[in-house]
Amino acid sequence: MLDSRYKHIFLLPALLALVAIIIFPLIYTVRLSLSGWDVNFPELDYIGWDNYARAITDGRFWDSMGTLYLMVLLCVVFEYLLGFGLALLLWKEVKAGRFFRVLFIVPMCVTPVVMAVVWRTIFHETLGPMNDVLSWFGIPGVPWLSKSGPAFAAVVIIDVWQWTSFMFILLLAGLMSLPREPYEAAQIDGAGPIRTFVHVTFPLMAPITLGALIIRLIESSKLMETIYALTSGGPGSSTETTSYLLYIRGLREFQIGYTASLSIIYLAIMIIALTIFARSLSRLMIGRQGPVRV
Amino acid sequence: MQPRTVLAAGVLGAVGVAMAMPAFAETDYVAKYGIKQDHPGICSYEATDAKDYTGHEITILTHAVPVMGEPVALHSKQFEELTGGTVNVVHAPFGELYQKVMIPFQTGQHVYDIVYGGSYWIGDWAPHLAAVPQKYLDTDEMKDITPAYQGVASWNGQRLQYTFDGDRNYFKYILPPFEDADNQAKFKAEYGRDLAVPTTWEEYAEVATFFSGWDWDGDGELEYGSTEIVKRDDVAFANFITRVASYAKNPNVTGGFWFDLETMTPQVNNPGFVKGLEMWMDALRYMPPGGINFGIGEEIFSWGGGESLMSVTWDDAFIQAMQPDSPIRNKIRVGTEYGPSMGSHKVWNRVSGQWDEFETPSVAPYVTWGWGAGVSKYSEEQEMAFDWFCFFSNYANTNHDLLIGRFGVNPFRTSHMDPDYWEQEAGWDRAVAESFTVMLQGMDTSTNRVFDLRVPGVNQFYTAMMASVAKAMAGEMTAQDALDEVAEEWTRIADRIGVDVIRDAYKNVVALEDNVSLDQVQ
Repeated sequence: MLDSRYKHIFLLPALLALVAIIIFPLIYTVRLSLSGWDVNFPELDYIGWDNYARAITDGRFWDSMGTLYLMVLLCVVFEYLLGFGLALLLWKEVKAGRFFRVLFIVPMCVTPVVMAVVWRTIFHETLGPMNDVLSWFGIPGVPWLSKSGPAFAAVVIIDVWQWTSFMFILLLAGLMSLPREPYEAAQIDGAGPIRTFVHVTFPLMAPITLGALIIRLIESSKLMETIYALTSGGPGSSTETTSYLLYIRGLREFQIGYTASLSIIYLAIMIIALTIFARSLSRLMIGRQGPVRV
Repeated sequence: MQPRTVLAAGVLGAVGVAMAMPAFAETDYVAKYGIKQDHPGICSYEATDAKDYTGHEITILTHAVPVMGEPVALHSKQFEELTGGTVNVVHAPFGELYQKVMIPFQTGQHVYDIVYGGSYWIGDWAPHLAAVPQKYLDTDEMKDITPAYQGVASWNGQRLQYTFDGDRNYFKYILPPFEDADNQAKFKAEYGRDLAVPTTWEEYAEVATFFSGWDWDGDGELEYGSTEIVKRDDVAFANFITRVASYAKNPNVTGGFWFDLETMTPQVNNPGFVKGLEMWMDALRYMPPGGINFGIGEEIFSWGGGESLMSVTWDDAFIQAMQPDSPIRNKIRVGTEYGPSMGSHKVWNRVSGQWDEFETPSVAPYVTWGWGAGVSKYSEEQEMAFDWFCFFSNYANTNHDLLIGRFGVNPFRTSHMDPDYWEQEAGWDRAVAESFTVMLQGMDTSTNRVFDLRVPGVNQFYTAMMASVAKAMAGEMTAQDALDEVAEEWTRIADRIGVDVIRDAYKNVVALEDNVSLDQVQ
């Protein structure tokens, strides 16, 4: 009995910190979302569900959500494929392997806003090196930031460049921790590299792949800094993601109450979507034997 | 008395006199601070030196270096040296200034004593700013401010912002290509008329098209017709306003450019606005590659670097292009024979619902917001803060700052409209100086001007406007559809904030547009 009391006393500081850092802001955001706090009315009044009703008819919000999902999907798929490929390359001993491992981590260490500014220069249509490089291969200059499609692609390229290394680290760590026995068995059975990959490596990597994908999906869905520094959501509305719109609505327009409601809706959708996605992927990759709880 | 004692007394006396000397000698502010002349008055270096703010401290929120951030940092350091007080300068990018000011204002916290931002935020800031005390309004520096910028700094008849800058959007161009005989002959052959500095957007489009996509200055690079600020969520709204003003601000109609003050119906989708936007959409074809993504930095770099023939934006690009190291220094001019920017032979009349015809182009100058700043009414150091402003914008400092393009300080006093100043102090050619000052004067005396919306929630109105305009510019929708979308959104915003609140605030803007007193606006 006494031990149990001590246990709770020791847990209390951590619980209080948790409440202060996570629970309170969340509850406060919900409360704000039920208020009409605006640039001209900085009061925590109560307006019921008006903000939520308004959000349902806010076409710009739903358009930004569509843009975000497409962008995130492309980013994460490319990051996974490239990250896995690089991890497989460096899994076996290669020359200067340690150097490459460090090199691949560098992009992840750079601040996204800084990189967006650098990439803006790279994508400059007349002065940037990207179009110069393309011209070596006879490819005409691409209007990277002035047409909707290329601008969208530019954002994806930057995200893939920056975060492939994250996928690479996780997957490489996973590969290095795989047991040797299944590979010895496959070798005895005469399996070639492709069959070994398909029937041994890929299934064994499924849990860590799932974890890596979920983490990147969550992180990518917060894509904002790159948009802010590179395209400001344009041209037109082609790169306006939900996070960027929330920034505009909240901190540029100062629609605090309404933005809080958008944030709550966004959070709810993300939780539901990621839960469904994780379960589906878990069934697909791991089957019923080893479900991963997310 | 022993000789040694006499000698010691003499040395001590000499040391004492030497130590006392600085107290009696006049400080040479000109040499010490690199100013041309210290003008007498309560804001002067000498008067500021006489103030003692030892133990006092103010915090200023201003823009990032260099634009406005650099002069604020420079003069704050000088103010500290002169008064013994402490001045903390916090820099932030333009996109963050609004929120950094509004959060403490709305939550009633005292964070900044002085805040900088767009002067068009005055509708949101007004409840939180301290009025400028009369003793500062009585200074020569304040009385010399042009009526337009006195108006920009005022709200409901009260001066709330301390004026130190005057911005405007106007037409500027590189002159030699217009004077080139070959260009003139080719242009005449192509368009059937003489090559001349354009006076309407239609002429502008022709000239810009003619000069787009070939190397007309012989530097081995391609040049283009026009550079403007088009990037979404940058300050592209200013270029949009300049474009539409020519077709939508009618000199025969008073009582509101943005809204009809009587009915509070948004005018943003009337045929004048639509025509202006259509012309702007068409302009992308004669802008440099990537022009749709040009912010103010790219515009200054592009036009100032000689990449395009013409531009219609802020003073900053022009002043920077007149810096000694500029490739187009003294080769540029501003304004047309009819006014600071392009005009139009037909302007929409929202009262009659028809286009009015004008024999000579009707010009509607846009007095672009410019920097605004004020003292927080929650500040406990208001006297020091106003003294800082007084010093910051004294004659000596302003005359120094005006000549440095990157500082972002632009003409705002009547004395700045003297071509002699620009010729003698800045080393401009007489023709450039006259072109510039005539344009400035034309803007100030015009009775058909456009100002920013300047009402509470202006950012909501502007971001809604520019989100839809950006879609039109990117080809996602037509000009009419985009502006209809804006009008619907503006109606919703006005309803949320309160139509009467917006109307009362908008009266301040209409007074500026029609160049009349606030009392005359019904």
